[in-house]
Formats: sequence, structure tokens, C-alpha cells
Amino acid sequence: MASELNDEKLKDLKLKANQIRQLIITTLLEAGSGHSAGPLGMADIFTAFYFHILNHDPKNPNWEDRDRLVLSNGHICPVQYATLSLAGYFPKEELKTLRKINSRLQGHPHRASLRGLETTSGPLGEGLSQAIGMALVGKLDKKNYRIYCLTSDGEHEEGNTWEAVMFAAKNKLNNLTQVIDRNYIQIDGNTENIMPLDPLKEKYESFNWNAIEIDGNDIKSFIEAIEKAKSVPDKPTIIIARTIPGKGVSFMENDYHWHGKPPNKEEAEKALSELETLRSKLT
Amino acid sequence: MLNPDLKLNPKLFDQDVEVKPTRAGYGEGLLALGEENPKVIALCADLTESTYAHLFAEKFPDRFFQCGVAEQNMAAIAAGLGVSGKIPFMSSYATFSPGKNWETIRTTIIYNNSNVKIAGHHSGIMTGPDGATHQATEDIASIRSWPNIKIFVPCDSIEGKKATIKSASINGPVYLRFSRDKTPIMTTDATPFEAGKISVFWVSENPVATIFSTGYMTYYALLAAKELQRENIQVVVANVSTIKPLDQKNILSLIEKTKSAVTVEDHQVAGGLGGAVAELLARTLPSPIEFIGLQDTFAESGKPKELIEKYGMGVKSIKEAVRKVIERK
Repeated sequence: MASELNDEKLKDLKLKANQIRQLIITTLLEAGSGHSAGPLGMADIFTAFYFHILNHDPKNPNWEDRDRLVLSNGHICPVQYATLSLAGYFPKEELKTLRKINSRLQGHPHRASLRGLETTSGPLGEGLSQAIGMALVGKLDKKNYRIYCLTSDGEHEEGNTWEAVMFAAKNKLNNLTQVIDRNYIQIDGNTENIMPLDPLKEKYESFNWNAIEIDGNDIKSFIEAIEKAKSVPDKPTIIIARTIPGKGVSFMENDYHWHGKPPNKEEAEKALSELETLRSKLT
Repeated sequence: MLNPDLKLNPKLFDQDVEVKPTRAGYGEGLLALGEENPKVIALCADLTESTYAHLFAEKFPDRFFQCGVAEQNMAAIAAGLGVSGKIPFMSSYATFSPGKNWETIRTTIIYNNSNVKIAGHHSGIMTGPDGATHQATEDIASIRSWPNIKIFVPCDSIEGKKATIKSASINGPVYLRFSRDKTPIMTTDATPFEAGKISVFWVSENPVATIFSTGYMTYYALLAAKELQRENIQVVVANVSTIKPLDQKNILSLIEKTKSAVTVEDHQVAGGLGGAVAELLARTLPSPIEFIGLQDTFAESGKPKELIEKYGMGVKSIKEAVRKVIERK
């Protein structure tokens, strides 16, 4: 993919992100459980990936030369499912089956259940290592595909994350880009109260990573950061994407109570109405 | 007598029987695989020589990844390699892998169905002087309830090499269990190794009990069988090199004849080979069974042979278990 990012394309991406947010709300309402804040916050980044950045083929999800997107913090899968369906991996109607029996859409993603998923995740801190395994294969087989790994700030409390950070730098995996959802919330509250992570950019730089900090709800800056990462010769890159958890729904924004619960019917209607207002402003 | 069809080591009962650690078989198998299959990759967590992965690492440095002391990272990297068309072998001590990284393996390798081979070294009290921290005596129990895994426990280094090579041709997760100290060579290159099948090493005309043993402990089971023969107690000894999937058919056919079982393993008696056989018999053919292994305790530092005696896993204990199980019939 990666066509030119003109104003028209950017507007189209913003509309898609809005549509994905609406799908997240309706899907979570139907599921009756699941996470709201993270998926809404990451809708812009998922849109940018599946509709602009990734070299992928929804009709041939196992295409050997595709770019791989590894979702480490699997609990935000409603945004991945909504995006995959919109990109043509499966019918949108199937979103209604999330978390229900006999569904391909497991509560946390299961690779073998759904085409288009690169891994199985949910237990935290494991995605970056798996992305490293894929990046090593890219290097060994001299492939041009890139590996992207989405992580959360909360899962940086897992020791495994830092084991992976050291390994990726040691092996100079410049075909690997990590995108951390730096939204400062986790289940129990603000990340800096639970286990301070700042200064994050400096931490990564001292671990020999290339680090770029951007507004993760700004599609244009995100895509520019992704492009910059491609030209780094000998280091993996982390894009610290500052996002607003619950983005687009006023009463969810920046409130950690929305980390792990879905909206009820009334809240969903209010959320959809707000998102519809935002959409009309875009057109 | 030793089963003449299996071409076992003719010097098996000699004082000067050749001894070699089962883990050496891992190194030799991995090296052979490296030569024949470019998809084979090896990873280690700072125990490269101990796990014999150095043989591969020296020959194929581009396909070897040193992970440092980071077993979770090693497991999940292997998972990423395994879903991308490679056949990764990861080795460490079993207390750390699959001990410390148990959930990482469960999620990213087993449930994720990644084609990873997990080599757990320094299993059992055979680890000796390092003490109980390094003696993996619960590894089989801790992973046997996972769906989608196969578990091989080779009885000697030759079987260790065969099991390692065989595992590469199985599409999916495999656990290979090795021990540290030198133990007798019981098989030969000509001895058949079939994944998923038990192998009757010791046969008798009218056996009254079956000893199911796994790993190097099969040697102690054979010594016990030989002594019991002299005391006019006939048994069969089946070497169980695949713990999962268990060879139900052939185990049951032996129990139909002997009506009793003794299981022998360097592992806790709960959840290992003994547990697997007991589950099968309880379900299908309830029969008296006695368990040789660690009896719900941790061991300690010491020479392996001293530990085996102290913890009731030696020839004398096996013979006592056989007499007891016969009485219970």
C-alpha cells in the first residue's frame, strides 16, 4: 500500500477511524464485556496501518511477503477486529459474535481462530519477543517486509518486555518498529502512580533504540514517524504514540474506569451520537 | 531377558558399560538437523555448553541466537520464528524453561500452535550437587495437561539423538527432556525408536508385573528385572520414551497379561509418567499400581547415585514395589 498521503486520503482515513470507533461501540455493547478505552484510543493508528501503511492482502492473509502487525496487548482487540472487518478480512456482521460461543472473535485474539491475526495474545509482555522472532526470519531470509508490534505502557511493567528490548537492540533489528500506546492508564489507575515509566523516550534511547514521540491520534504525524523508522540503518525504532484513551467519546476520554468495561445501551447511544457529530464535521 | 529383537547394547549389564549424558544426544541430534535442514534454528539462554547447543552454535552461528538469561524472551522469540516457517529448538534447564516461562510457552507456543521444540535439560535428581533449585522434578507434570504438545523422555544419549531428530519432523510443539549426569547406554543405533510407542526392553515368559520406566531410570528398572528373575519373579520392562501421547494400546495389552504396574521415573510421582499410566488404568483397566519417583518432596545436593538411594528410587526400591504390587493383585 503506502500511497501518497494527500488531503483527500487523509480525510478518508479520518472517516474510516470514525467508522471503526462506531463499530467498536456497537460491538462492545453487543458483547456485554470487553475493553473500551484502549480500542477507541488506538483507532487512528489501526486505520493508518490497515488502510495506508501495511503491505497486506485481506484475500491472501498468509501471503509470505506481507508486513506483519503483532498486537501484544491483546485486550484492545475490538479495534483490531473492527479494522480487519472493514479492511475485508471478514464480514462486519460477524463483529456481533465477539466473546460469544462458537465465534472466531475470541475475547483475546487467537491466531488459529481468525485469518489475519499474526499471534495469540492477552497475557502481557509477550508480543515484542514474538515480533522479534518474525523480524529475525525477515533478516535470515533477506525479505523486505517489516514487522510492527503494538504494545501498551502498562505491559512495560512486565520483565519480558525489557528482555525483548535488549535483544532487539543487540541484533540491530531495523526491520522492527514498536508502537507503544502511551495513554497513561491501566486497569488499576494512572500508570505513573502504579509504576512510573517516564522518561520513556530516554529509557529507550539508552537501550539503543531509535525513539520518536508523536501524537498518536494524529494520523499524519503517525504515518510520517513510520516512514522515518524505515530509513534507520541499524536500530529498531519505537514510536511513542501519545493517545487519549476513550478518544472520541467525551465521557470516556482519559478516565481509567473505562479501561476494562463496555458501555451500556444508554452510554452506547450517547457515544454513537457524539461520534456521529464528529463524523459530520469531517465531511 | 533383554528383548533380542531390539538390538540393545550387548554390554548393557557389564560393569564397564559405556556411559554418556542423555543431553549429549540433544547436541548431536541438533547438529545433524542443522546439516540437513536449513530451517532449523537454535536458541539458548546462557547455557549453551551445558545444553550441548554449542555443537550447533559453532557450526551454524547465523542460525543460533544467544538470548542471555531471559527464558520468557527466548520462548516468545521461538514462537515468532516457529510461525514464520522456521523450526526453532530452544534449550535451557527445565526448572527455568518450561519452569520460569511456563505461561509464555502456553500462550505463544502451545495455544498459538507454533512449531517450537523445547529442550528441558538438567531434569530430575540426576542433576545432583547443584541441589533442588536446579533439579527439575515437576516439569512433566506442569506441562502434561497442555493440549497440543508431545513429550519425549529419552532413556540414553542415542535415543536422545533420535528423539531430537524425530521432533523436527513433527509439525507442532514438542518437549524433549534430558538429564545432566552420565548414564549407561542401553540402546544402539540399530534399536528402533518410534514416537508414541513404548518399547519392551525386558521380556519374560510368564510376567507377573509390568515396570513402566522412562528416561535413564529404565537402566535401574532393567537391573531390578534381572535380579527379580534370579528370585523367580518374572516381569517385563517397558521403556516409555513418549509420555504424551501415551501408547495406550500397548500399555493396556501388557496390563492385560500382568494385571499390575510399577512406574519408574526421576520426577515427582504426581503428574508424571506414573500419573499418566494411573489415569489410563483407572479409566480403562483398574489394576494395582506402585509409583517410584520423588514422593512429594524436594531432594537436595549430593551425588546422583546417593540421591537415588536416599530418595527410594534405586534397584532395591523398585524390587520392593514389584513385590508389593504383586501382593495387591
